[in-house]
Amino acid sequence: MAMTISEKILAHAAGKDKVKPGENIWVNANVLMTHDVCGPGTIGVFKREFGNDAKVWDKEGVVIIPDHYIFTEDKACHRNVDTLREFVKEQKLPYFYDPADETYSGVCHVTLPEKGHIRPGEVLFGTDSHTCTHGALGMFATGIGNTDAGFVMGTGKLLIKIPPTIKFIINGIFPKGVIAKDVILKIIGDIGVDGATYCAMEFAGTAIEALSVEERMTICNMAIEAGGKNGIIAPDAKTIEYVRSRTDKAFNCFFSDDDADYQAVYEYKAEEFVPVVALPFSPDNMKAVSAASDVKLDRSYIGSCTGGKLTDFVFAAELLKGRKVSIDTYIVPSTVEVADALNKVSIDGKTLAEIFVEAGCIEPSLPSCAACLGGPVDTFGRCNNGEVCVSTTNRNFPGRMGSKDSKTILASPYTAAASAITGCLTDPREYLK
Amino acid sequence: MSNIIKGKAFVVGDNIDTDQIIPAQYLSLVPTIPEEYEKLGSYALIGLPDEYTTPYVADGGMKSEYSIIVGGKNFGCGSSREHAPISLGAAGCQAVIANSFARIFFRNCIATGEVYPVEIEAELNHEIKTGDEVEIDLANKTVKIVASGKSCASKDLGAVKAVIEAGGIFDYARNSGMIAKK
Ligand code: SF4
Repeated sequence: MAMTISEKILAHAAGKDKVKPGENIWVNANVLMTHDVCGPGTIGVFKREFGNDAKVWDKEGVVIIPDHYIFTEDKACHRNVDTLREFVKEQKLPYFYDPADETYSGVCHVTLPEKGHIRPGEVLFGTDSHTCTHGALGMFATGIGNTDAGFVMGTGKLLIKIPPTIKFIINGIFPKGVIAKDVILKIIGDIGVDGATYCAMEFAGTAIEALSVEERMTICNMAIEAGGKNGIIAPDAKTIEYVRSRTDKAFNCFFSDDDADYQAVYEYKAEEFVPVVALPFSPDNMKAVSAASDVKLDRSYIGSCTGGKLTDFVFAAELLKGRKVSIDTYIVPSTVEVADALNKVSIDGKTLAEIFVEAGCIEPSLPSCAACLGGPVDTFGRCNNGEVCVSTTNRNFPGRMGSKDSKTILASPYTAAASAITGCLTDPREYLK
Repeated sequence: MSNIIKGKAFVVGDNIDTDQIIPAQYLSLVPTIPEEYEKLGSYALIGLPDEYTTPYVADGGMKSEYSIIVGGKNFGCGSSREHAPISLGAAGCQAVIANSFARIFFRNCIATGEVYPVEIEAELNHEIKTGDEVEIDLANKTVKIVASGKSCASKDLGAVKAVIEAGGIFDYARNSGMIAKK
């Protein structure tokens, strides 16, 4: 029977030859990821249900990445990271990225692939909705709650419903100025924030194949913003090269059959895309940047698992080089590896960090989720008042970046950089000519 | 669980996301610690925009007087935080009625057993206002507006029903022998 890539991975993980959308099956997890916000609750559920002396199902399978509330004075946040530390010690877990020592990494969704935890064909559950990011490398990855995570922690299994797949085919070549963030914002704008509820979102076509691994991650990262269960892109030579440079572990590649069944298929021509934003307060409130140039801004924020990867900063620097920002511009590298690269990667002889400083950006912060989700009031970059912020993050719900009075506008790193120069929403193509 | 849930409704619109249900600044509270569970309840729906003039939990209170929330489509979209259904449950909410639910929120309701997600076709949130009484009959799959007696059908829960009836994913797995009984 013909199957999609998501169906094939889940069938494999369930030890079955075939599965059908709508079926509820137990699947084996390869990796369970949790962080400081949901980790303590997950551990609480695990101990409550399996007992105080219980052991996790597979030490190598549990990855714990504190990243959300790290650099704050908030006592409860510190207590939560301590809870993770104790658990890691007690269970002797090898994969813990502790903010207090040299193992520290940063945002979970950028850390996971960097550290070799993401491999094609595997199943990843994470206590974070943006776990769908990792489908970009040809795996099945989805977000779950603490109770389900506590269950996976003890058994390595989870009962899940096979999602139907919606396929998005984009052929052609994207115009200069259009990058992955514009593509996913356009798709969410077209289908709506519940347009893919419960579904797998599969992205294919020559324009997707031409994207770097990091740009593919940006696209899959926001599948959840359309209600998707997972986002996924078939692995190719780029995927394999990326994964091979990070881990020696064996993996399997799966591909959709040509005659697989899809719930819907959307076809796009890459040439028709333009830079877009999502205006407050919904990720599907999409508009062409050129049609929103009257929107005045107070700050620009470049960071998060969506827009704080190395390629995102390369895009921003390309635009900011030799120019000055006119509003507060926050640079938040997602991980230590990205932060280090800002000082190494250069454009025309200047490092990215130098370009940002010369453009007048606020000095880059330590890697973490920072103000992407507001957080404690002392969080770097948090919108504590009525700021209007253009941001490379993924959500613009009321109060997402802090105060309920603030407004977040979702944009690509190009658009966030161009808008930082003028102080109004600005189509980056004006500077990329 | 009793088959009838009856109480005052708190009415909201479409796309109520998890940041509105429980804003990120309260996520440092750990739901499995009893005092913090209670506290999460006191913050339930505190992120709603100011046009909602009635708070879900009265200022300074720990519990809500509304045991049923009535929303539109895509209720609970956004993050995977289980703090969301938990904060509602801790505040005394027993059920959320909506035209559709975001996947992870729905799943977290089932896994935790905190609130009962009831899906309906009718746009009940346009017909009633906050404070009106509503009655949910789980066995007969109906939702009734108490004052008018008008009732509408709720959708079948499908395969997850077995999980709810067992009392959540752990009991479901124990009953089927997948994991050892406690
Ligand atoms: S960067 Fe933002 S979206 Fe990504 S994991 Fe952190 S809080 Fe979530």
